[in-house]
Amino acid sequence: MNKEAILEKINEILVDEFEVDAEVISPESNLKDTLGLDSLDYVDLVVSIEANFGVKLGEADFVGIATFQDFYNLIETKIQNKN
Amino acid sequence: MGIYSCIGTSLEEVKQSLYEGKSGIVYDEERKAFGFQSALTGMVPKPDLKNLLSRRQRVSIGEETEYAYMATLEALKNAKIDDAFFDENEVGILYGNDSVSKAIIEATDIIREKKDTALIGSGAIFKSMNSTVTMNLSTIFRLRGVNMTISAACASGSHSVGLGFHLIKSGLQDIIICGGAQEINKYAMASFDGLGVFSPKETDPAKASRPFDSNRDGLVPSGGGATLILESYESAVKRGAPIVAEVIGYGFSSNGGHISTPNVEGPATAMRRALEQAGVQPCEIGYINAHATSTPLGDANEARAIFEVFGESNPYVSSTKSMTGHECWMAGASELIYSTLMMQNDFIAPNINFETPDEASQKLNIASKTVNKKFDIYLSNSFGFGGTNSAVVVKKFKE
Repeated sequence: MNKEAILEKINEILVDEFEVDAEVISPESNLKDTLGLDSLDYVDLVVSIEANFGVKLGEADFVGIATFQDFYNLIETKIQNKN
Repeated sequence: MGIYSCIGTSLEEVKQSLYEGKSGIVYDEERKAFGFQSALTGMVPKPDLKNLLSRRQRVSIGEETEYAYMATLEALKNAKIDDAFFDENEVGILYGNDSVSKAIIEATDIIREKKDTALIGSGAIFKSMNSTVTMNLSTIFRLRGVNMTISAACASGSHSVGLGFHLIKSGLQDIIICGGAQEINKYAMASFDGLGVFSPKETDPAKASRPFDSNRDGLVPSGGGATLILESYESAVKRGAPIVAEVIGYGFSSNGGHISTPNVEGPATAMRRALEQAGVQPCEIGYINAHATSTPLGDANEARAIFEVFGESNPYVSSTKSMTGHECWMAGASELIYSTLMMQNDFIAPNINFETPDEASQKLNIASKTVNKKFDIYLSNSFGFGGTNSAVVVKKFKE
């Protein structure tokens, strides 16, 4: 799965899971604020990512994640490490 | 009142089904493949909640709460309570529920497969506690009064109304959302089926549940949600609420005996206490909604208990479980709604499939067909495992 496909898949997951319009998502936007995430939502985000990419995210992984781009980078790194 | 049941998903639909003696029982192939001895069940449609609740609210509610929510929406609307009302007024909730099987099993399956609890999802905990209905509805409706679940097996819904009645009577609350909810899925009913107490009449689902009939051979499980808004008379009058009926008596008892085999004395005691509290004589009761589930011993013992208490006054008796199946935790609440609908509309719903009386039921005045009759007071019985008994007496409201 290339970078483009990963990004597309992540956006698809976020739109589906958190029921937001695709247009609100942009790489430089704030992930938490844009999706309206609370502490419980992060649990569901971890579940969705694992179900779709087979990688597990822990609490520590979210330290320093502010924008969607940060999040894309995190998932790409996780996938690369897995492979 | 509001109802979401296998004989209708609104009061109007349910009233019609009751009058027509329509069965809500079906054969569920999925259940048979899963290993059930009897695949019969009541079935309700899955509510579409996407436009009614937020994502956060939806991920936290399981099947039983979905049904309870639908019933509560209808009940609040009928009681003329809108969303803004909860900001200004303290409203409580006492709701009957006694299982969350599907939520627990599905979460456990994930852990078994993934070996990681972090992958269960955020909603699992809120769906897999027995208080899931009250936990969720109190959050959704922003309730600030009494907030707890009543777990008393198949009498849960009835006890919730009885206890709500007492909290209001004692002046501690003005309005309480009462009711009962029951999940229908195969996980919820598998262990019950394992006892071999479900009717094996799979070729004729509508004929399987036959309370009091001599050819009865077991119950049919069912479920849904049933909500009653209990309110003090003063509060209801003050806000111009449409008053439907008045709870006037609640009797409870425990058999002090076998975990699943009912007796005669416990139910008789609950009925006597309910009548005494209501201040009415047996002859004043126009209708009894029996608990009778269509099991050989349970129905016979209830018939004996009713005869012991009501004797020659012989009011009309029917078990609406002949149409709905056994709605378990929900039944005590739904049957108050069924009976109230009958009282409002001057009929007694039939105990369908009552064709041949047995020794005990022949002494009762069982309505095998719909009876067009006005009545002003009824009694509704609910009993459960562990010998818990509840009887509620309700009177038609007259200005």
